[in-house]
Amino acid sequence: MLREAFVVAAKDLRIEARSHVGRTQVVPFALVVVVLFGLALDPDRGLLTRAAPGLLWVTVLLTALLATQRSLALESADRAVDQLRVSGIDPAAVFLGKAAALSVQLLVVVTALAVGVVVLYGAVLASPLLLIASALVATAGLALAGTLYGAVAAGLRVRETLVPLLVLPVVAPVLLGATRAWEAGVGLAVSDGWPWLRLLVAFMVVFAAAGVMAFGPLLEDA
Amino acid sequence: MGSAIRLRSAVALLGRFPALAAVDLDVAMGESVLVEGPNGAGKTSLLRVCAALLPLSAGAGVVLGADLSKRGRPHGVGFLGHAAGLYDDLSALENVEFRARLWGVPPSGAAAALERVGLEGPIRTVAVAKLSAGQRRRVGLAALVAVRPRLWLLDEPHAGLDAEARSQLDSVLEEAAHEGAAVLLASHEVEHVGRIVSRSVHIERGRLAGTAVRETDNAA
Repeated sequence: MLREAFVVAAKDLRIEARSHVGRTQVVPFALVVVVLFGLALDPDRGLLTRAAPGLLWVTVLLTALLATQRSLALESADRAVDQLRVSGIDPAAVFLGKAAALSVQLLVVVTALAVGVVVLYGAVLASPLLLIASALVATAGLALAGTLYGAVAAGLRVRETLVPLLVLPVVAPVLLGATRAWEAGVGLAVSDGWPWLRLLVAFMVVFAAAGVMAFGPLLEDA
Repeated sequence: MGSAIRLRSAVALLGRFPALAAVDLDVAMGESVLVEGPNGAGKTSLLRVCAALLPLSAGAGVVLGADLSKRGRPHGVGFLGHAAGLYDDLSALENVEFRARLWGVPPSGAAAALERVGLEGPIRTVAVAKLSAGQRRRVGLAALVAVRPRLWLLDEPHAGLDAEARSQLDSVLEEAAHEGAAVLLASHEVEHVGRIVSRSVHIERGRLAGTAVRETDNAA
């Protein structure tokens, strides 16, 4: 199954590299949102710095919606999903592969945004290990949940509007956990950030398990 | 010769509309069968049922040993529908290589498969989004050639192809049947396709309305 997941992930990442959508649209979109937050809150630079982790992860969430829609569109365009189904590939491998590719893309976005908030908001990366660990787990959780709920909506005509409605409430724990962990990571919180990492890990494990079990029937209806 | 497809009183619904209504069909390995009929008769639905892309609502069906009524998924089915199932941003070669990897087949045969359908040279490295409809069709066919399915399910495979490509497609299908694979294809081009199949079945309003044995080299 891991070999098949790797094949799917490599395909998705190759497509993203070829299409330049991530580099020319998704990352710029994320940076524009960060700049807009900066413009809106600029009069109070202290507030901006304090809010930086939350603003960053809200931006990641919005970006994840775009990336999720695109990830699903790859399979629905030209009915490539039919070829996945008839190939006999394990649906769990499709799920894990697509989520892995999405996670890599989101990590790129988080990295670009981290640079952005340091430069624009004056944030300080006080605990890099916590920041990196929470970014890895949070993006994986977002990717897993986005891929799963994207598949739920895949067979519906209203999927473009339904995916945000389905995904945003579900990923609220990621927003909470990642924001708190990053607040600690940039030295804004007095409390320990590591317990929030455990919440992110639990979220990731739950959605990985749910996706592995549910993606087969969902793929049948796609 | 073993059975590739065996449908008994097969019913498939599109929403509440019966796309297939009590269809009986047998296709043996090594046999090429044409499904003909007017638009909306159920040709595509029949192919999709055989590919396990459309579930059976009633009746029984066994394809390559997989029980469709139990949601079994047959292994070794190559399907080319109206859409070729390609990724626009990947090249023709990358699309065929990906399909081979999906099937667990060495991707090294992708270039030869494209050559087999007349796509040679630099065009293989062009993103399929930039190819013509006929060329995309060829890439879809090459993906099947690369994985060598035991059952070929083709929906209007000659549509959009020029004379040379049609001839190459015919040759590929004849070779597949000669090697023991089963071929079931839907087409309006009865005169042309009739030359490469051993039998044709007529479908109308979701029901098989008749069978004719063709006088071809493939005829039993």
